Amino acid sequence: MKYYAETHEWIEVVDGIATMGISTFAAEELGDLTYVEMPAVGKAFAAGAVIGTVESVKAASDIFAPIGGTVSEVNDALAADPALLNQAPEGDGWICRLKDVKEDELKTLLTAEQYQKTIAE
Amino acid sequence: MELIFNQGAAGRRGVRLPKCDVRPFTTSDLPASLRRGAPAALPEVSELETVRHYTLLSRLNMGVDTHFYPLGSCTMKYNPKINERMAALPGFANQHPLLSQLRKGGSLCQGSLEVLYETERMLSALMGFAATTLQPMAGANGELTSVMMFAAYHKARGDQRRTVMLIPDAAHGTNPASAAMAGFDCREIASDADGDVDLDALRAALGDDVAGIMLTCPNTLGFFDKHVEKVVELVHQAGGLAYCDGANFNAIVGRVRPGDLGFDAMHVNVHKTFSTPHGGGGPGAGPVGVAEKLVPFLPKSRVVKHADGSYSLAYDYPQSIGYIAPFYGNFGILLRTYTYLTMCGRDGCKRISENAVLNANYIRARLAPYYEQKFTRYCMHECVLSARPQTRFGVHALDIAKALLDAGFHAPTIYFPLIIPEALMIEPTETESKEMLDRFCDAMIDIAKKAESDPEAIKRCPLTMPIGRLDEVSAARQPVLTARPCC
Repeated sequence: MKYYAETHEWIEVVDGIATMGISTFAAEELGDLTYVEMPAVGKAFAAGAVIGTVESVKAASDIFAPIGGTVSEVNDALAADPALLNQAPEGDGWICRLKDVKEDELKTLLTAEQYQKTIAE
Repeated sequence: MELIFNQGAAGRRGVRLPKCDVRPFTTSDLPASLRRGAPAALPEVSELETVRHYTLLSRLNMGVDTHFYPLGSCTMKYNPKINERMAALPGFANQHPLLSQLRKGGSLCQGSLEVLYETERMLSALMGFAATTLQPMAGANGELTSVMMFAAYHKARGDQRRTVMLIPDAAHGTNPASAAMAGFDCREIASDADGDVDLDALRAALGDDVAGIMLTCPNTLGFFDKHVEKVVELVHQAGGLAYCDGANFNAIVGRVRPGDLGFDAMHVNVHKTFSTPHGGGGPGAGPVGVAEKLVPFLPKSRVVKHADGSYSLAYDYPQSIGYIAPFYGNFGILLRTYTYLTMCGRDGCKRISENAVLNANYIRARLAPYYEQKFTRYCMHECVLSARPQTRFGVHALDIAKALLDAGFHAPTIYFPLIIPEALMIEPTETESKEMLDRFCDAMIDIAKKAESDPEAIKRCPLTMPIGRLDEVSAARQPVLTARPCC
């Protein structure tokens, strides 16, 4: 099940490995994305820490870790082609995977339904 | 247009160099690893080809000397030509920059030292501070200088815990960069519903790890924070220092002295408030004023005036953060600042801010029925509108900016500040007439109407520029950063 942060990241934990990215809403708001700065594999982040940056023709924005964990993999296809983030932000445009995640922190995040409500405001 | 590299012919020359009267420098003077393998591919063109090339280039340019240039946050005011005349005076322009540092050399450049001394005195008076350094070579360099002095101040007091710099979200983007460069961690403070610093968020962020706050005043929303004195007071109570990003000083110059509000340091961008050229990313100057308690930490050297009326550079400041610029900053730019301040005088400075604020509010009021305004209060020197109403027709801030080019205006700043979606940030400055403001507002209103009646026409703009709509996305994703060689 996907969870969302108020800072517009999504995260999904399957068998202890979390995949995260930015929400469709965030990708649309940022406009055409031109660059993604990835975290280093092996680096540990606490929930809310800046894990990377996305740049569009309009602006640069920080990406925050929705929950704590250690980066186990980054999406190399996305680094090579940032347009993936506009085409499929919540699919092929995932940003990185985390291991050793603090799954209990998922409770602090929003469900898809709750997130839809916050962005409708 | 052809690149100059693709013009001319091998061996063609535009100038005839005089015979060399010193020992010629040869490649054998250089280590082999630094020698060029082949001659540099420099353009080989005649004088006429050069003149035509650059004249044609200048005709493609939009500048404040040719167009109204309401680029928000940049203060594109007219630069009076007398500034250039003074800076070109041979006594100033031909002076060797090392002269003042040579033994007895100071006696040969008393005029230049006096200009620096007097400029510092005038800026200190306008900012309300004990002393000013003119050395920082740009606004962000002034920010860095200021927060380095904050660090030195805390260190001198033996307080090593203060590693956090508070940055409100309506601050200039360079503030967190400068703080990080000086070794601080940044903590962001949210704005409240009026666009001011949220005092509760500030209270929650304060602690004995806070070195200070960097407050852009007026902020990037174009507002003068209603409780700026409270912000400064709270930071002081927590043992921190308060820095004023004075990039928007044009809105308050002559009327508010940030030193009186309790700030400990601030920088000003002379290319904004004091009419020096913005050109090409430099040279610039970002003088910094400081309160009494930071004076010992100012960069060196400093210009001092002696009892006999003479001037010299002084170096004996053991607590100084050291050198931050070669020589004494960008003297030619500071000379233009001195000229402008002398021409305006104290009363003129008041009229600068008065008219800058009046012009921005005139535009705000005229465009209010057509563009969204998140905050309806009076603005300072710039107004931030939003093209959100136009997005219903598929027209965005970028399209409006392009349509303005066709209407004969430089575009405003768009998509900044980030906290306003579809932002159009308009800063007319004090140097535009009411007729020009009306022409601009008429164009903005026409565009708003056309966005509704014929959105496709707006999305095709610009049509009258040397080139049409640029593919900014491809340019950013697949940049081509080298000119193709000619042969």
